Amino acid sequence: MTKKADKIDRLAELMQTSEVTSGASLWREAMRRLKASKMAIIGAVIIALFVLLAIIGPWLAPHSPSAQTWRGEVFANKGQFVGARGENWFGLDHLGRDMFSRILVGARQTLMVGVVSMLIGLIVGALVGVLSGAAATLGGRTGERVDTVIMRFTDIMLSLPSLLLAVSIAAVMGQSLTTVMIAVGVVQIPIFARLLRGSMLVQGSSDYVLAAKALGIRKKRIVLTQILPNSLSPVIVQATLSLATAIIEAAALSYLGLGNPDPAIPEWGVMLAQAERFFDNEPMMAAYPAIGIIITALGFTLLGEAMREALDPKLRG
Amino acid sequence: MRIFKSGAVRAITAAVAVGLIATGCASERGKDGDKGGDKDTFVFAGAGDPGSLDPALASDGETFRVTRQAFEALLEHESGGSKLVGGLAEKWSSDPAGKVWTFNLRKGVKFHDGEAFNAAAVCANYDHWFNWKGTYQSSAVSYYWQTIMGGFAKNEDKEAPKPNYKSCTAKDENTAVIEVNEPSANLPGGFSLQALAIHSPKALKEYAKQDATAKGDAITYPKYSQEAGTVAGTGPYKITKWNKGNKEVTLERFDDYWGEKAKVKNLVFRTIDTEAGRRQALQAGDIDGYDLVAPADVKTLEKEGYEVPTRDVFNIFYVGMTQSKNPALKKLEVRQAISHAIDREGIVKTQLPEGGKAATQFMPDTVAGFSDKVKTYPFDTNKAKELLKKAGEEKLKIEFCYPTEVTRPYMPAPQDMFERMKADLEKAGITVVPKAMKWAPDYLDATEAGSCALHMLGWTGDFNDGYNFIGTWFAGPDKQWGFDDKKVFDSVNAASKVTDPAGRVEAYKKANETIMEYVPGVPISASPPAIAFAKNVNPPKVSPLTQENFAEVSFK
Amino acid sequence: MLRLVVRRLLQLIPTLLGLSVLLFLWLNRLPGGPASAILGERATEAEVARINRALGLDQPVYVQYWRFLKRIFELDLGTSTQTGQPVWDEFATRFPATVELSIVAILIAIVVGIPMGYLAAKRRGGWLDVGAVSGSLIGICIPVFFLALILKGIFAVQLQMFPSYGRLDTGMDATDITGFAVLDGLLTGELDASLDAMHHLILPAIALSSIPLAVIVRMTRASVLEVLGEDYVRTAESKGLDKRVVRGRHVLRNALLPVVTAVGLLTGSLLSGAVLTESVFSFNGIGNFIRTSIDARDYPVLVGFILFIAMVYVLINLLVDLAYSLIDPRVRVH
Repeated sequence: MTKKADKIDRLAELMQTSEVTSGASLWREAMRRLKASKMAIIGAVIIALFVLLAIIGPWLAPHSPSAQTWRGEVFANKGQFVGARGENWFGLDHLGRDMFSRILVGARQTLMVGVVSMLIGLIVGALVGVLSGAAATLGGRTGERVDTVIMRFTDIMLSLPSLLLAVSIAAVMGQSLTTVMIAVGVVQIPIFARLLRGSMLVQGSSDYVLAAKALGIRKKRIVLTQILPNSLSPVIVQATLSLATAIIEAAALSYLGLGNPDPAIPEWGVMLAQAERFFDNEPMMAAYPAIGIIITALGFTLLGEAMREALDPKLRG
Repeated sequence: MRIFKSGAVRAITAAVAVGLIATGCASERGKDGDKGGDKDTFVFAGAGDPGSLDPALASDGETFRVTRQAFEALLEHESGGSKLVGGLAEKWSSDPAGKVWTFNLRKGVKFHDGEAFNAAAVCANYDHWFNWKGTYQSSAVSYYWQTIMGGFAKNEDKEAPKPNYKSCTAKDENTAVIEVNEPSANLPGGFSLQALAIHSPKALKEYAKQDATAKGDAITYPKYSQEAGTVAGTGPYKITKWNKGNKEVTLERFDDYWGEKAKVKNLVFRTIDTEAGRRQALQAGDIDGYDLVAPADVKTLEKEGYEVPTRDVFNIFYVGMTQSKNPALKKLEVRQAISHAIDREGIVKTQLPEGGKAATQFMPDTVAGFSDKVKTYPFDTNKAKELLKKAGEEKLKIEFCYPTEVTRPYMPAPQDMFERMKADLEKAGITVVPKAMKWAPDYLDATEAGSCALHMLGWTGDFNDGYNFIGTWFAGPDKQWGFDDKKVFDSVNAASKVTDPAGRVEAYKKANETIMEYVPGVPISASPPAIAFAKNVNPPKVSPLTQENFAEVSFK
Repeated sequence: MLRLVVRRLLQLIPTLLGLSVLLFLWLNRLPGGPASAILGERATEAEVARINRALGLDQPVYVQYWRFLKRIFELDLGTSTQTGQPVWDEFATRFPATVELSIVAILIAIVVGIPMGYLAAKRRGGWLDVGAVSGSLIGICIPVFFLALILKGIFAVQLQMFPSYGRLDTGMDATDITGFAVLDGLLTGELDASLDAMHHLILPAIALSSIPLAVIVRMTRASVLEVLGEDYVRTAESKGLDKRVVRGRHVLRNALLPVVTAVGLLTGSLLSGAVLTESVFSFNGIGNFIRTSIDARDYPVLVGFILFIAMVYVLINLLVDLAYSLIDPRVRVH
């Protein structure tokens, strides 16, 4: 149960090593390297396009994404589908809805699922991590014990296969979009908690914190003004990477039949899961949402990885 | 590529190469075994594992598909039809009261374990079931016995049904007489059930030594029903092996079978749980046939030259309404409006395999008792709006539950059917709140407990009697429907008490008309579950009751 | 060594107890026993209630939990409510299947990933590097089930090079000793069974290996880059030591440390992936079984699974630690 935790701790550590130089210059340096990285640029462009699509998609959609306008033309039971044509650029889905409009509008839902679940993981994870980290650095013996208990708990969560954890959450909460977001989010909690705690520990033993302690500044204040702000960079990296994971996991949950109960509302994961049945008849129906998911996840992964490299002095080349 | 000069890497490379060559060989070997030679093995894929090898302990189609090849009941349905014909009994009759049933048994029938079939064997079976104790009395184990024959010699649970079975006597070697306490609509149809198939008396003695236990939170099936060896019937195949790890039941031709011998020597049932998985396995040549074909695949497979025979319909798919859950449903106009709002024909045309039919009442037209004179509710959105207005429910908001992760013979694509109906209802001005649930236990428990105002369910008939359909729902107050209407219940119960077959059919027709006047729910469609076979297979006669006899299968 | 194992296992007990209580409370919030799963649409509410009562599922949670604990102390995992078979038997057929699948997937990832990562690092910026890096990024971003579906569609259905489902061919009547089909075949000399099992494993294992492969390529690449920059490697090379020796002895060995860690922590994600690949290939493994158990609220199976997975986890971490100390003498297991 310790290895995954070790890895997260190491990530936290790595990112703090050049903290000898002041925080501000580190950020400047990182930004400079980020701008020079092709990975980062490609990632950022993909994300920008995706976010733009999520914002304006619903206005661009030529047709209603949920109306079964052409349902008389599609015969799912005979394997007769309608592919791309003038009126419907991406063809129709199995219930006679315009695929192009569904993809456009679906971007927003997909982004929302990704962002909300990431935020759930981030916020809860950060609270737990800060509590644990603060207790460990400044809480004395009781603090250490609190820290041990919390970390033992996150270890348990990390040791469970994430998808099964998500499925069990969905099983108990019933099927809804909220459930999907919570299920995917909960899986991320221990990761963020570990990360924040780890980097707080490193910070806690750094010179300026020791100095602050020596100066008699109050503990709460040290945590809030010194340790926390300086621990954020690994969290931002992880958050970016988590967005990719969240979108992919949400699609997996949809494939396992735990997606949004109202499939009329387009979301790429649900669309992919539904189209799977008609893969042989109309592969494009699955291809559009699949490509959307892959490219979006790729965007977040590229940017996240590039940020990680930019912040990690050891990988500087 | 200097790296490859290092010893370790070289070794790894070699290992990969060996592995690939080896699996390549296996690939060829596999194909040889599958396709070459005399083709003496027929492989058929179902959607789920059988629950036990003793059909008496089962209530599901996956189990019966396997056991049906090895066990026969007193009565059977004609091959490819729903008409009751002699099985192990050549002829049968009952007294006018419907309480004494006499069976003239087939002669020269042998069980797989060499025992002879006779009247004593028949009675041994019925008495064995009647004397079940302990966990066997749980309806999860003995569902069909309890449905057809009621309770047991000593009911251990106060809420178990009263026994209707009275006795079985062997009048002579080949005549068995079964007596019941009350006449029942479930007879004689019940005598044809696979769950009441006849086992060898020798095997029964072994069964009796073992107990189904309810240790912990689950029912443990007795050992004899979980491995081949003990169970013995009279069918054209005998079960020789059940490999659970590989999800594979193997049957072998029974050479002493009384009727026409099976054409293919070995019969193997395997489990592939997804529709796409079964289709791909057929296309890849891994199996020779499979059941529950997705409607979208029927045409595709036909075009590619596969045998996809069409079954007759023998099920019903309906939208249930729970009046106690949403008071608006208590108004007749609202129920009528919902009936008018749903485009049944559209569902049949776009969702069901060929042979599917729109429904007008709670039974398919293949069941005796189907009436042509029921009130119908054709698709008419405006009429629906009008009726809602009349009822003062123009802003009707209603919860509509549907199951996920399931396909049933009557419901090949639940989510798509739900989405269509939701769109229909919304057009009529009804706000639909969708609720998705896993089929078991969530969805089934919720619908049974009446916590879904609108829901979709269906029924596949066990035998050709109207009560098997409408009696399931409308014989009395039921939480699933949440209404109490004496007229409806009386019409159904009256019909079930008529012992004269022709009179009973007429009474069912009347009951159907009464029910559709009341519209407790919306019958949507009847759908033939499609079945597919490889190009080189002569398929068996397909049965509306999905009771195919695989002994009829041969290779071209 | 033995003490270490015992200590690690003992440390598990409080964790497992806590976990089992949580699991029980969590899953017990909703009613529902095996009845409706067995009877389908034939179940009526009264019947379901009757069956649940007979099984004691109507009793309070703490009573059920106590019953469960007593069973565990008797080393009895209970009976699956879905299949009516002892949980132990269900695991005995399914665990080896998934372990086999995972091992092959990890092997593919290692055999392909380490050389690829090494070469990518050696020729940093070259086409191989770009290919390896972007390939591994895409590997992470493709939903596993989608990759599995595509692989199956092409190699099983279209090209018919591999079987489309299952663990063994029909009628491949292999002797079952350990439950590991490949191993059993080798043990009993039924080589054809062994090969057949291997043949069935290839496609799902490739699908399953996509994420581990990506992780390993990147880990190897990063750590080789790091090691190449270390002083001792430069010193060794400048001393004129044979480059091959330097690379084999210093670079690869030191670079492998983090990779070994990565392999260890991949087990969790492998099992998530196994749920999906097993479902696509109708592979009778533990992943898919656990998923249906969650849906069916099959407590005995779930509790047994948690116990089992925790032990496997400890074992794997132990192995990783041992591998560490073999590769790097500086690390001592304590």
